[in-house]
Amino acid sequence: MRELAELVAEHPLLAGLPGDAVTRVAGCARNVTFGAGDLLLAEGDAADTFYLVRRGRVAIEVHAPGRGPIMIETVGPGGTVGWSWLVPPYRWQFDARAMVPVGAIAVDGACLRDKAEVDPVLGYALMTRVVAVLLERLQMTRVRLLDLYGAGGGAG
Amino acid sequence: MTPVPYRVVGRRDETGDVTTLSLSPVTDDPMTFLPGQFNMLTAFGLGEAAISVSGAPRRGGPLEHTVRDVGPVTHALCRARIGAVIGVRGPFGTDWRIEGGPTAVESRSTLGSGTAGGPGDAVVVAGGIGLAPLRGAVHELMARREREGGRVFVIVGAREPSQVIYRDDLERWAGAGAEVAVTVDVSAPGWTGHVGLVTSLLGDAGFDPAEATALVCGPEIMMRFTARALIDSGVGSGRIQVSLERNMQCGVAWCGHCQYGPLLLCRDGPVLPYDKVARLMTQRGR
Repeated sequence: MRELAELVAEHPLLAGLPGDAVTRVAGCARNVTFGAGDLLLAEGDAADTFYLVRRGRVAIEVHAPGRGPIMIETVGPGGTVGWSWLVPPYRWQFDARAMVPVGAIAVDGACLRDKAEVDPVLGYALMTRVVAVLLERLQMTRVRLLDLYGAGGGAG
Repeated sequence: MTPVPYRVVGRRDETGDVTTLSLSPVTDDPMTFLPGQFNMLTAFGLGEAAISVSGAPRRGGPLEHTVRDVGPVTHALCRARIGAVIGVRGPFGTDWRIEGGPTAVESRSTLGSGTAGGPGDAVVVAGGIGLAPLRGAVHELMARREREGGRVFVIVGAREPSQVIYRDDLERWAGAGAEVAVTVDVSAPGWTGHVGLVTSLLGDAGFDPAEATALVCGPEIMMRFTARALIDSGVGSGRIQVSLERNMQCGVAWCGHCQYGPLLLCRDGPVLPYDKVARLMTQRGR
């Protein structure tokens, strides 16, 4: 069985972190699996754990009355599910549901925040990685808002 | 320059506003063309529209065009019934450069060095109806894959599930060994696929960027973002081809309506190497 630290170090969010930083992150982490349809996160719940997806696919959803769940985005292997653990009020804004069997590394957000608090070097290294992913997500969302494939998408 | 009469011998509604027409010449011999080229289709009495050929050059049978209803001419074309006669001028423009494909023996030094699929992976990225000009290229790549092996990745982005065109082809290509992935910007009830920008699928696709060549077609903003994401992943800019569209009218570089910087896209395009047009694609006012 592979060491958890090894799996943590392989995930794109944390790839390239120094070995001791990986060890500290792994100290807040555990391996988890979810069956298809299981909720990883639920809107309104305390945002205490986020997930580094290793296999499978996770749907970020919001529930609408009369419509059921609306899928906003999907996250696959190498992606990260859950950002609300980073900042107060530490509460999930969306649901996250396993679309297929999912394997992930669950990271205790409070544990990681505490370690980053006492070790700003670790905190900065983590934050630059997190911001890079958030920026990419923001840019993708902005492009999706353009409705590129709408009426201006060409005649063929 | 005179349209040749073609009869509609088949039609298939791909989505609510996209129709594929199968055309056979009324009197002339069937047209020869290359994947990525376009024809000017005439709705008699209304006008012409530039529409990419969406069939495969080597499959024989009718000429295929997939048309989106965006104006009076394309509306008439989309509504053309079997037996109707429309005009066809062409084929015009440049084609997707596919190693082992129909233009492999051609030498066109102005177009850079990358040909799709060479010894490495072929990555086809389509947005919306941009899959239409790529369809013939994918058929070529799949045929070559059958002959010579190699991997083909087809990555498709659409606005919503109901807007995904060529569903049968996508299933057939996947069944024949291509890596096919579809993502939508907006989900719908029952959709179990990806949701997100088409670039979000590139990282997980599994192609080898060092040896990959890419064919990209879709809205221009989508092509810019896709090309940058491919380059960021390690694909050389000279190994990325894009298909650009402007106001094609004459088709033979006389009228100048499709001018794009120093290029006339009806002649120099629509298929161009990204490294040749990357700067033009970010200039304002084009």
